[in-house]
Amino acid sequence: MNVLSILILIPLITALVLLMVRKELHMKLIALFGSIAQLGYSVWLTNYYINFRKAGDTAEMLFQTSLGWFKPLNIYFSTGVDGISLTMILLTAMVVVAGILVSWKIQHQVKEFFFLIVLLSLGAYGFFISTDLFMMFFFLELAVIPKYLLIGIWGSGKKEYSAMKLALMLMAGSALVFLGIAALYFASGIYGGQYTWNIHELTQINFPMSVQVPIYLLIFTGFGVFTAMFPFHTWAPDGHSSAPTAASMFLAGISMKLGGYGALRVATYLLPNAAQEWSWIFIILASIAIIYGAFATMMQKDLKYMNAYSSVSHCGFVILGIAMLTKTAFMGAVMQMVSHGIMTALFFAAIGMIYDRAHTRQANELGGMLKQMPFIGTAFIIAGLTSLGLPGFSGFVSEMTVFVGSWERTGIFYRVATILACASIVVTAVYILRSVGFAIWGTITNKEYETLKDATWNEKAAAVLLIAGIVFIGVLPFWVVNLISNDTITIFNKFISVAVAN
Amino acid sequence: MSTYDIAALLILLLPILSFAGLSFLGKRITPCTAGIVGTTVLFVAAGLALFTAYGYFFQFGEVAGAYAHHTSLEINWLQFNENLSINLSIILDPISVMMLVVITVISAMVHLYSFKYMHGEERFATYYAYLALFTFSMLGLVVSGNLFQMYIFWELVGVSSFLLIGFYFTKPSAIAAAKKAFIVTRFADLGFLLGILMLSYGAETLDFFVLIERLTQPDSVYLASFTATSFMGLSALSWGLLLVFTGGAGKSAMFPLHIWLPDAMEGPTPVSALIHAATMVVAGVYLVARLFPVFAISAPDALAIVGYIGVFTALFAAVIACTQTDIKRVLAYSTISQIAFMMFALGVAGWGEEKAEGFTASMFHLFTHAFFKALLFLGAGAVIHAVHSNEMKDMGGLRKSMPITHITFLIACLAIAGVPLLSGFFSKEAILNAAYHGNPMIFYVALLTSGLTAFYMFRLYFRIFWYKADEHGHHNHEKGMWAMNLPLIILAIGAAFTGYIPFGDFVSADGKPFELPFHLTFSIAPVLAGVIGIGIAWMMYSKQNSNPDKVSASFGRFYNWAYHKFYIDEIYLFVTKKVLFNLVGRPAAWFDKNVVDGMINGYASITSTTSEAIKGMQSGRLQTYTLFFLGGVLVVAILLIVNFI
Amino acid sequence: MEQVPLSHVLILSSCLFFLGIYGFFSRRNMITMLMSIELILNSININFIAFNKYLYPHQLEGVFFTLFIITVAAAEVSLAIAIIINLYRKFNTIDVEDTNTMKF
Repeated sequence: MNVLSILILIPLITALVLLMVRKELHMKLIALFGSIAQLGYSVWLTNYYINFRKAGDTAEMLFQTSLGWFKPLNIYFSTGVDGISLTMILLTAMVVVAGILVSWKIQHQVKEFFFLIVLLSLGAYGFFISTDLFMMFFFLELAVIPKYLLIGIWGSGKKEYSAMKLALMLMAGSALVFLGIAALYFASGIYGGQYTWNIHELTQINFPMSVQVPIYLLIFTGFGVFTAMFPFHTWAPDGHSSAPTAASMFLAGISMKLGGYGALRVATYLLPNAAQEWSWIFIILASIAIIYGAFATMMQKDLKYMNAYSSVSHCGFVILGIAMLTKTAFMGAVMQMVSHGIMTALFFAAIGMIYDRAHTRQANELGGMLKQMPFIGTAFIIAGLTSLGLPGFSGFVSEMTVFVGSWERTGIFYRVATILACASIVVTAVYILRSVGFAIWGTITNKEYETLKDATWNEKAAAVLLIAGIVFIGVLPFWVVNLISNDTITIFNKFISVAVAN
Repeated sequence: MSTYDIAALLILLLPILSFAGLSFLGKRITPCTAGIVGTTVLFVAAGLALFTAYGYFFQFGEVAGAYAHHTSLEINWLQFNENLSINLSIILDPISVMMLVVITVISAMVHLYSFKYMHGEERFATYYAYLALFTFSMLGLVVSGNLFQMYIFWELVGVSSFLLIGFYFTKPSAIAAAKKAFIVTRFADLGFLLGILMLSYGAETLDFFVLIERLTQPDSVYLASFTATSFMGLSALSWGLLLVFTGGAGKSAMFPLHIWLPDAMEGPTPVSALIHAATMVVAGVYLVARLFPVFAISAPDALAIVGYIGVFTALFAAVIACTQTDIKRVLAYSTISQIAFMMFALGVAGWGEEKAEGFTASMFHLFTHAFFKALLFLGAGAVIHAVHSNEMKDMGGLRKSMPITHITFLIACLAIAGVPLLSGFFSKEAILNAAYHGNPMIFYVALLTSGLTAFYMFRLYFRIFWYKADEHGHHNHEKGMWAMNLPLIILAIGAAFTGYIPFGDFVSADGKPFELPFHLTFSIAPVLAGVIGIGIAWMMYSKQNSNPDKVSASFGRFYNWAYHKFYIDEIYLFVTKKVLFNLVGRPAAWFDKNVVDGMINGYASITSTTSEAIKGMQSGRLQTYTLFFLGGVLVVAILLIVNFI
Repeated sequence: MEQVPLSHVLILSSCLFFLGIYGFFSRRNMITMLMSIELILNSININFIAFNKYLYPHQLEGVFFTLFIITVAAAEVSLAIAIIINLYRKFNTIDVEDTNTMKF
């Protein structure tokens, strides 16, 4: 049994057991224990991986296996992980545990809710460990459908509209991805002599430029939709604001990362020539997203909208880092994915806790939350400070790595893009502090709020877990860097070899 | 690691541990315990700092006749690429050791003082935790051996300042001030960050000392390529340094980024004394001093700009300080003005034994200023504690009821006014001397400013302690206030005697000891300016009379402008509220909602319109469907027959 | 013994087929329509058998297919009758024109 298949088996077993029990408490406990087991396993796996690396295993990916899934079309269930996918897996595991903890009080259709959450996480894990493009696509889709149901059934506000919008836009994105990878599959037959979906085999093939460019643009744009890249980001604000807390956390914390990971691993890694020629498009889009998303955030009154727009801005850093094509920027992009994933999950959790109690998310209607609910208020402030890039928290290291990496690209165009990206730190400070000032500080505006209670044990556990993650990366960034730097260099080396070949 | 290295490490570790302990256990322990723990930790740290300073200056610091930097600790924290990495390090060199002493001593005093001042505060432990966090960040800032490490702690002091200004978070004015302080300094930090990126790209290192070496050696390839490109008459290196200076200007409240500092007085007064007078606000000066060799050797043009901005700010803030009525705001503007003194002292300096006098003078002033300005703030805090108001009109004649505060405040005022034999005299003298040799124009403006300094400080002094009879009765306000009085006394001793330290022996631009020049004849003009300032203040404010109104009326509109701080705040408000929000934020949000999202919704509506149009085909009649089917089959059959037969 | 020529059988099955088609389109009663479908299927069965017998006498595919179709037809009828009964309960009629709610 391969160590990686266990990553898929744990959620699968959790989901199946979940279907069999009848008592609500049991369902919650099963989901919680399943996710905790997964988190523990991910940590163990990371450690295992590091030991292998220390022992001198320099293979591009470890624990590779391949099982025939549909041989007539050469589809194999092939898996393998490197540092980048491991950090993503750890992120997913953490967000899932936190998400299950904050959904403890879910009222109706408990079984379905947790089943869908586990299914969603299954999709994410599968996506991160697959090295077969078709399987990646399969898991990508698996992660989309539950979101539609989660928002449509347990959401609030104009939930049907939002669920439909989100599902359709993400589906459109994955349609583009599918077109791209299918084209890649057929091109591999023509230019490589053998039809394959496998990443490692595809990277050996030298596709001509005319083939690379359209495929690159398709795949990158498709994954860009998942990462809420401008102008395909509008699913994010509506989707987040209607989603139940846990779903918001998953959307921003995991789902957006699927896009970033795909854009790096598939689009950029497999098609270096095209990336070199055409990544400027995405640099422009990312710069727009960063600065314009930040300004749009400034005008939001609904806290969830605010965080959704700020996610657009922050995920702009991910795209910028990937499109800048330097190894520091790649590293920064990966770190930003992790950092943003945890931070935004914490943010949504805190907002959800406030909303559960005060029944409003309008910043100007809230106020004095820190006095009434010190724990939740503090969690909100910590999330905010991470978002605006305070040292000691993860946001700082990742953003700075992106900036330094982007600055490595010389040329006025890249410099202007970097400066614009840097400028967003000021606007971020403005909107974060505004929301903190309005909602968390100040005096209590509404008499009803004086009876509100602080966080319960499950909410505290969720917040503490996420804060621990943020602080861990923020204080010991070299740990993450050691884990991923070799793999970003692998990706980067493709560009050097391409440059040499040209 | 030697004992001193461990001591240096402990200086940093103790406050952060205190922060962690107090914030996690704050609710479990009594406020009294929290205060005692916090204060004790800082006193220990101050002791260790003095020990380290002794060790550095007298034991191991001097290498071949000059003070060299000593790396106590270095951790590779974040490796960006082969060249660039953030190494967290503890660097001991003259200025960092001096700053260690200043920060820990002032912080210890403030901790002690707060014990009484913040008594009864609900979030007492949190307050001490924040103070400890600030102290840690500030210490980390000064021992940085790496440009990026400095930026890290730079942000951390910013956020601790933010938290402390907003400590009374239910007060709207405190919230606004905290936000303003953070956002204005953040804006400046953007410059700092871009400057770091430029410098690190040009020098291919983030390490201060390597960077300085690479950018000052005349035959260095880095320097050559860096200065090769220029933009608007300044080389790329100058631009990079100026951008870094922007960050410093933001923290050190240089014009036009000074607007946050007066508002920051919304925080508790001890915080103002620690952060907004003695330590954090001089970070900008410290930053320029850190990069001083690069400024002085490779980019004198950038350094000159620093000098001009500094001297303009000094005058500008002094003028405003003369008109303010909130005593903390007077002190805030005075702080801006004094920091500007340090800044332009760096600006007028050059490289070389004599020319670098401004460097030593600046650091000297930083050192002495910390004591007397902290003292002034703490004294003002005691006054505010007694009369429960910040406004001058509620004060007067307090000398009898608050004797200790009165005497110590007087000492501080004399020191800042530059009256001979007190600490401020020596350091200010050195600055003026450096300015006189460096740039005479700056010297004359500075002379005028020091006269103004004496005037507004004594205006404050007379207004608080004389002016009119005490309305608050004659009972002593200071009974049982040892926790507040002791720091005042200690700081007063510092304010009086720190000037006698032969500062040039320890701190100089190139590490070699040198004698600060002192000419008796030169000091006549500055002392005269100070005495005139004090005299005018005495005439106007020693007794209640109508002179002040007459004088201010005679200045007419100018007085009004100065009273309204030259409307800089209003300009900022206009730019942020009106321009940024209405012209950028709102259109962006509108564009997103209507154009981008409209496009997406447009696709959706096209789809649904189309389906609406063709849904009639779906009649629900089975036989119609089959008929279509049959028709299709027939067409296919006919096609096949025509084609293949 | 002289065999019946293939064309006769085919003509028979064509007649059956078009009878079925005609019945399917002209009747409104679902049971009758179902019977018409049976006619169509049976015409096809005849075709299979005939082709098997006349063209490939040594193979049995046609026969197998016929059996297969008969089975499917039986299953289909049982389903269809079930549906029709349900429709009758709901609408009180088995006229196909009246059960046109499954649209749009």
